[in-house]
This record gives sequence, C-alpha cells and structure tokens, in this order.
Amino acid sequence: MRIELGHRSFVCHAHALDFARNLFASCIVQRLELNWKTKLCLFSSIEIHLIPSCSLLNFPLIIGRMIRFILLQNRQGKTRLAKYYVPLEDSEKHKVEYEVHRLVVNRDPKFTNFVEFRTHKVIYRRYAGLFFSLCVDITDNELAYLECIHLFVEILDHFFSNVCELDLVFNFHKVYLILDEFILAGELQETSKKAIIERMGELEKLE
Amino acid sequence: MNPFSSGTRLRDMIRAIRACKTAAEERAVVRKECAAIRSSINENDHDYRHRNIAKLMFIHMLGYPTHFGQMECLKLIASAEFPEKRIGYLGLMLLLDERQEVLMLVTNSLKQDLNHANQYIVGLALCALGNICSAEMARDLAPEVERLLQFRDPNTRKKAALCAIRIIKKVPDLAENFINPAAALLKEKHHGVLITGVQLCTDLCKVSAEALEYCRKKCTGGLVRTLKDVANSPYAPEYDIAGITDPFLHIRLLRLLRVLGQGDADVSDLMNDILAQVATKTETNKNAGNAILYECVETIMSIEDNGGLRVLAINILGRFLSNRDNNIRYVALNMLMKAITVDTQAVQRHRATIVECVKDSDASIRKRALELVYLLVNESNVKPLTKELIEYLERSDQEFKGDLTAKICSIIAKFSPEKIWYIDQMLKVLSEAGNFVKDEVWHALIVVISNASDLHGYTVRALYRAFQTSAEQETLVRVAVWCIGEYGDLLVKNVGVLDIEDPITVTESDAVDVVEVAIKHHTSDLTTKAMSLIALLKLSSRFPSSSERIQDIIIQNRGSLVLELQQRSIEFNSVIEKHHNIRSALVERMPVLDEATFIGRRAGSTPATVSTSNGPSLNLPNGVTKPPAAPLVDLLDLSSDDAPAPSSSGADFLQDLLGVDLSPASKQPGISGTNQAPRTGTDVLLDLLSIETPPASPITDILSSSQVYKSPHASLEGLSSPSALSTRAATPAGAAPMMDLLDGFVPNSPISEDNGPVYPSIVAFESSSLRIMFNFSKARGNPQTTSIQATFTNLSPNVYTDFIFQAAVPKFLQLHLDPASSNTLPAGGNGSITQNLRVINSQHGKKSLVMRMRIAYKSNDEDILEEGQVSNFPRGL
Repeated sequence: MRIELGHRSFVCHAHALDFARNLFASCIVQRLELNWKTKLCLFSSIEIHLIPSCSLLNFPLIIGRMIRFILLQNRQGKTRLAKYYVPLEDSEKHKVEYEVHRLVVNRDPKFTNFVEFRTHKVIYRRYAGLFFSLCVDITDNELAYLECIHLFVEILDHFFSNVCELDLVFNFHKVYLILDEFILAGELQETSKKAIIERMGELEKLE
Repeated sequence: MNPFSSGTRLRDMIRAIRACKTAAEERAVVRKECAAIRSSINENDHDYRHRNIAKLMFIHMLGYPTHFGQMECLKLIASAEFPEKRIGYLGLMLLLDERQEVLMLVTNSLKQDLNHANQYIVGLALCALGNICSAEMARDLAPEVERLLQFRDPNTRKKAALCAIRIIKKVPDLAENFINPAAALLKEKHHGVLITGVQLCTDLCKVSAEALEYCRKKCTGGLVRTLKDVANSPYAPEYDIAGITDPFLHIRLLRLLRVLGQGDADVSDLMNDILAQVATKTETNKNAGNAILYECVETIMSIEDNGGLRVLAINILGRFLSNRDNNIRYVALNMLMKAITVDTQAVQRHRATIVECVKDSDASIRKRALELVYLLVNESNVKPLTKELIEYLERSDQEFKGDLTAKICSIIAKFSPEKIWYIDQMLKVLSEAGNFVKDEVWHALIVVISNASDLHGYTVRALYRAFQTSAEQETLVRVAVWCIGEYGDLLVKNVGVLDIEDPITVTESDAVDVVEVAIKHHTSDLTTKAMSLIALLKLSSRFPSSSERIQDIIIQNRGSLVLELQQRSIEFNSVIEKHHNIRSALVERMPVLDEATFIGRRAGSTPATVSTSNGPSLNLPNGVTKPPAAPLVDLLDLSSDDAPAPSSSGADFLQDLLGVDLSPASKQPGISGTNQAPRTGTDVLLDLLSIETPPASPITDILSSSQVYKSPHASLEGLSSPSALSTRAATPAGAAPMMDLLDGFVPNSPISEDNGPVYPSIVAFESSSLRIMFNFSKARGNPQTTSIQATFTNLSPNVYTDFIFQAAVPKFLQLHLDPASSNTLPAGGNGSITQNLRVINSQHGKKSLVMRMRIAYKSNDEDILEEGQVSNFPRGL
C-alpha cells in the first residue's frame, strides 16, 4: 500500500493506512503541525519504506523541466522576492536563499550567468544592485531563461516606470502579481510585455 | 478599502523595518507587529484581515515565522471581494505549500472560485492551483481545469493549460483526459495560449504513450507549420526580442518537436526542412537567437538520424565554442557532451579549444570543460592530454584541484599505455596535489609499483627526488615512505638505473632522513606515522649501519599518545634489540601484490559487500575469485623460528599492511581447526607487524573455528580510525605462545571473545525513566543485514503499559520490526521487553546506521512520549 503525503509517499501495510488517515484527520482538526520526520515515526508501526529521494530540490513525483524557484535579492542578500514552485520547508528556503546569494554575488561580470547549484543550475542576472536568479534543471536551455529574466525586468520597468529596489520593496505584492501573470507552475505563461501590462491594468481597476 | 493606499499601515511597517539600524531593532519591530497581528486575528477582525496578511507576507519574506496566519488566508479566500481574495491567494502561495494539511480545507473554495462568473477570480484560483496543487487536489479539481481549457477568455485558457501540466505531473493517470483539449490548443493563434498549449502537450507526451502517439499522428504537421510561420513572421512589436519574433515560442515548439521526433523516423523526417531552416537562418548576434539555435541543435541531436543536419548542428556548436561570450561557450560545452555520443570525431576536432576552456577563470566553464575532456580521452591522445592537464594542475585554484585531480587520476588509471608512464604521471599528480588524492588511488599506485619489478629502483629514486620538493603532500609522503621501506637498498645502491634518469647519490642516512621527516612532521597523520614506523623497521635490517639511529627514532614514539604507535614502537624496538635471528626474515621485501584484485576493485563500482567464504573457492570482497592456493611467497618465513605458517596469512598481512580491505575471511576456513599452533604464531606476527588488522582479529578464528565471518570493511576504515585500532589492540588473546617476543607486553587476562558478539552492545537511549540497549548480530554471508535486539528497561517505580516502540531510518536503510515480547514493562528494572529489529544497509561500508525512535507508553494512566536519535552505532554495521 502506498501513502502519498504531499510530494512524499510511503509504502506501508493496509491497516497502517487507516491509522495514518485517522491521524491526519485529527491533526487537521487540532491544527497541529507535524513535520515529515514525526510523520515518519508515526508510520513506522510495521514497516516503512521511504520511496522518493530526500534531495529537497528534486521533485520526485514531478517529471520534466520546470523552474524550481525564482529569487530576487539585493547585494546584501536581502530577499526582495522569492517564489518557489517546489515545496520546501521554511528553513530550507532560507538556506537556499543564503547559498544562492553567496554563489552569485562574488562572480565576475565577465563570467557566465550560470552556476551549478546542488543538482540544479542557477541562471542569474544582475541589474544594478539586484540579482535575479532562476533555478532550473541541469539540462534546460540556459540562454532562454536568461532572456526570460530580462523580459521580466522589462515588464517591471514598464509597470513601475523606471523601476528601482524601493518600488519592489513597497509594492512587493504587486511584483508577485506580475510574476504570477508571467510564470505559473514553474512554466512560462505569457511572452508579451504588452499583454501583461494590460492585464495588470485590468486587475488594478478591480482593487 | 484598499489596504495599500498611502498612509495605511503596511507602508508604515515597511518603513519602520527599513529604518531599523540593527538586526535586534528589526526583530523588535517585527515582534511588535506580529503581536498586533495575532491579537487582531484573535479578535476575528474582518476589516484588517487582508492588511494583516499582507504584512505577514512581508515579514515572512524577511525570514520570520508566520504560520499563525495560515488560517487567515483561508478566510480571506472564502470572502466575496476580489481584493481580499487576491491577498488571500497570494498569502496561500507564500505562507503555505502543498504539504500543509490546512490545504485540504482550501480545495472547496478553489472549486467554487474555478466556477466563478468573474474571470479574474477564476484566474486567481487557477494561479494558486498551479503553484500549490497536491495530488489530492489534482484529482478533485481536474474536471474544472479540463473545462477551463476551453474557456472563451484566452487568459484563463493559458492558465488552465499550465495548471493541467501541474496536475498530470502530480497524477500522471489523469493525462488521458487532457489529450484532446491540449491538442486543440495547438491550433490557437494567441501566443500565450499557444505557448502554454505546446508545453502541456510536451509534458503529456512525456507521461503518456497514448498522448505521444496521438500528437505524432495528428499534430506534427500543424506544429511544423506553426514553427515555420513564427520563424518567417514579419516584425511583430508585441513579441519582438532582438529582431526575433517570440524566441520563447520557438524554443517551446522545438522542444515539442524533439519529443515527437525521438524514436520515430517518419516524424523526424517531417521536421527536417524546418530544422534546417531554423539552424541556418536564425540571427546569431543576440542571445535570443543563440537560445533558439541551442534548442535547435539539441533537437537535431535527439531526433532520428539525419547526417546532413547533424553536421550542421556540430558546426553551430563549433561556432559557439569560439564565441567570445562566455555564456555561449558554456552552452556549447554542455551540448558537445551530448554530441560526443553522436559523432566523436567531430567533437575531437575541437579538443584544443576545449582543453583551453579547462583553464578558464570561470568555474562553471571549467567544470563543464573538464567533464567533456574526460569523455574525449582515448588511447591515442591520453599522453598529450594528461600532460596538459597536469601542467594546469600547478596553476589551478585550490577549490578546483579536487575535481581536477580525481579526473586526472581516473584518466591515467584507465588509459595508461605502460607502467612507467603510469608511475611517472602519478608521481607528478602526487607532488602537485597529493593532498587531494583519494586513498584508493594511492593504494592502486603502490600495487602497480609492487608489480613493476624492473622499475623498483627507478620509482624509489623518483619518489626520493619528489619528496625533497613536495614533502607537504601527504599521499606522496606515504607512497615515498612505503617505497623507501621496501626498496631502500635499491635507492642507496643505485640498482637498475634507466637511461632517462639523472644519476643521484643517496646515502643510507639520507634515506632514513626521509622517513624521520615523515614521522616527525606535525601534519603527518596516524596512517603516515604508522607507515613510517614500519618503513623504519624494514630499513633497520636493510641498513645495518644506521640501525642504532633507527632504533632511536622508533623509541621516540614509545611515549606517543596514540596507542597504536606506542605499541608498535615498543614491539619494533624489541624486535630490533632481541630478535636478530628472525629480523631479516621478518622484514623481507613484500611479495608482489595481487593486481587483479585491485583492478577488480576499481572496475566494480559497487562497494565490497559479501566476503564470507564457505566453500573451497575464496571470494574476495570485490567478487574476484582468488585461487585457493595463494600464489604468494611467504613473507614471514618462520621455519627458522617456528612452525611454517599457512601461506595465505602472508597475503592478509600484506593487505593489512597496505590498509587494503582483504578480509581475513579470505583465509581457508579449514585451516583454523587443524593447524592451530602454526596459525597462532602467524597471527601474532601478523598482529605485530600489521598497521591494522580488522577489529575482529583472526585470533578469534582460533578460539572458535566456526566464527569465520569477519567484517570486510573494518580494515580500510580502521586505517584512519584510531578507535578501530584500539579495538584491535585489545584482542591479544592468542598472543600467549609468542609472549617472549612481545617482552611481556601482554595483558594478564586474555579477553575471552569466544562466540561473543562481533559488535559491542550500545545504550541506544537513556532517560530518567527508560533505558534501551541494542545488541547486534549479523547473519553469515549477509553483511548488509544487521539484526538488532532491543531491550527496554524501566528505570522508574511505575509499571508501564501500552508500551510501543517505533523507529525510523533514512532511505538507504530498510527497517523491519518484529513484534515486541510484551507491551507491559514492569517497574524498577524487574524485567524487560525485548524486540527484534532487522536493518538492511544498502550503503553498507559507506554509511553507518542511524535511527530515530519514538517510545510511547502509559505510566500512572498518563500518556508519555519519548523521542531520541541513535547515532552511536558501532562502525561497520
């Protein structure tokens, strides 16, 4: 029997499944937060076999290429925007943000815009004091994502008319809204700057 | 109602946080805000809910915990207004992810919103679904998404297409529902919808063979036409990037064509023309054009063979490689790795450029290029390539040396045409980057040296020279010390000088100097020091005139804090002092090491596992079968002093001396029962001379001939682990017959280890109320499996009832729990519960066991839960 929990799945005996269901029902009722390790312990009544790999950026049940996360950081490493398309624990997110910043901040501008990061690849581009980083599959088309970052920056620039870091800080929720019109579920959604700006205009009218 | 218009508190909060000068100040502001938000949540304040969540999102971005706001997001989503929903969904995507159970509560709201009349609200719901969809939600909401794929508004259609991708990734079984609507999207004119449709089809084809078949039949022609239209389209300002209309669409189309063409010659044929057109006509001045070309090359490489196109593709990569833009060179290196399987010759033409890339200042390019060079090496070019790489090793960055050294060593080992070249190159690597060389590499080098009998003199002189310049490279020192110990006489007497060598004069004391420097150097570790001690013992016999000086050096280690060195130095000292009659025989040159064993080791990438031998054929850890009669000269020719020893012991000794993990199990099992006396003698000498024998020393064999099984891995690990050494040192049970040799250095009470566990028991868990002991045993012939008997003891005065023990292990382990002997644990240690566990370690020998556990029981009608982690498992389990 296989139990699926978020993106992890477990193999266990049939009655353990009932046990797990009851447990989760009660967790939801009590709004308890369990981390996966606790869950694991609870499931160990008979036999556990953890199937997927533990590498956090691997998305075991998701196949194919996609953007894993997008980060926008300043030179000091302050995160101005962080969008994850794979589920990560908060602590893991902070670690990723710290590591990515460390990787990109000291690179020579003449160097490639690609750095290998764990089992993936980070495509980054620097605009003044801001680093835009995309984490993608190791086999994906790096040049296309580089272009993708630039298009996103152009959209921001157009929307905020000459964007600066402060715009992004105070209007972070709008930045997220723009990003959601541009990329969804880790895939490119719209390639026309005009279409996105128009759509943002419509959404603003609803506020 | 807008929470974000100026003067509201979100702005003020951000200002306040930005005004903070120190982290402590920032924390104080955030704490105050969080407290206010919490109390507002508790009062169930409707008006400020969205503002609170907006603030929480900002706080979350700064890295503070915000879980208390999760339920508020759900409430916002349930409200009717667009602005509130918008913040609610945004919060949902930022503050939660698909693993949180709270998400189950949101499925219903999502369903309602997906059916909402307002297309913007539908858009919000789709967006949230696409980003946090779990498998369960995927199943529940797939029909809505399927319907929205045909929605009139293109913005909704494209969002639904991307949601569908997420759904089929989560639940591939749902793919067939999406085939038809997805194929319909390919006929769209709207670029946004078209691009998402193409992506959906690509992912469908990957998860479903049915979809792949359908798309191949029905869509290929249409896609080729679409690509042609996009490629030939006149200037379109809306989609123009650097003079190219929508490069993103180009790339997505090429990618889908690749999926369709792979493995289908007819479909590949259909796309030849357009691929050729894209490959030749695309503008290459700008990044966007190169991105298309790059994708096009990958498609050409992947689809069924078409010679002409492939030549075109490799030429494009050649152009990329000579581009001045680093990004372009990087992708070229990346793609050439794929091209190498298609056309090695063509890639070989670029070898010089690629080797230059290994020396680039950018680590990303270096890494790619090194991988590629590694693939390019063959018998004909190994010499110049290795030369170039080793030359670069001198100049490379510290952080790159590790990778580079590993690759060079691997190349040398794989392609070396002759032994002298192998030895030369390895010495160069050792003197440049010896500290980065892995243990198995220098072990292999010693084996090769030992096999090249005509090169012994040459090697030891070369090592002597290398030592003078690179004494800081640990592995070089080890190999040099070993060789000087073995072939010191050849060094001094200049035996076997080759024409290519410069003449060199080394005196006996020069040779001893080397070993003395090695043993006294502060950076030398235990292995080096132990090897030096043995080398000294050997030299004491080879250089009689330096014998006294050598003895002085050995004696200096008598006070060593490391038990191993201390004991060896005392033993060796007594050998030099009192046992002249056996010394020369004792320290004779080692016989040739079995090369096949090592080649097998390197070839078999899997770790050594089973090493028990029950039959006449002896399985070495790597699975190479060794002839029962070990073809080794007896090293310790004991005939002068003692009864002859079984020759196989010599082999073990040698291996042990080298730290190679040939297990004692490679001995003929029959011997131990019949030949007790001679075995004892050998074992003691073995014990005496070896740097390390496995913790379960062969002596146990004598005590119980049935106990054949030994841990095959302990020896290698033991080489660098003092703990294993001391375990070994504590088992001198069989030393009695040779006590005089050890000069009374034998503990008074021999430890009785007969049939006892090979691994010590541990206290896995102890609290004020409970103690858990683990006893280990391993079945013969199955070192991966460890049986653990857990014994639970109640340390409190109360009886425990409903006692349940649970355990969890990481994924490289498999755990089976047998039922416990009881679920009631008597008070005060009057009895115990036992439970058997079985752990299978798939990474046996590489990783040791770890376990988390959780114990639940009732004491005085109170539920008690205890948790713990066991990481003190004995090594080698």
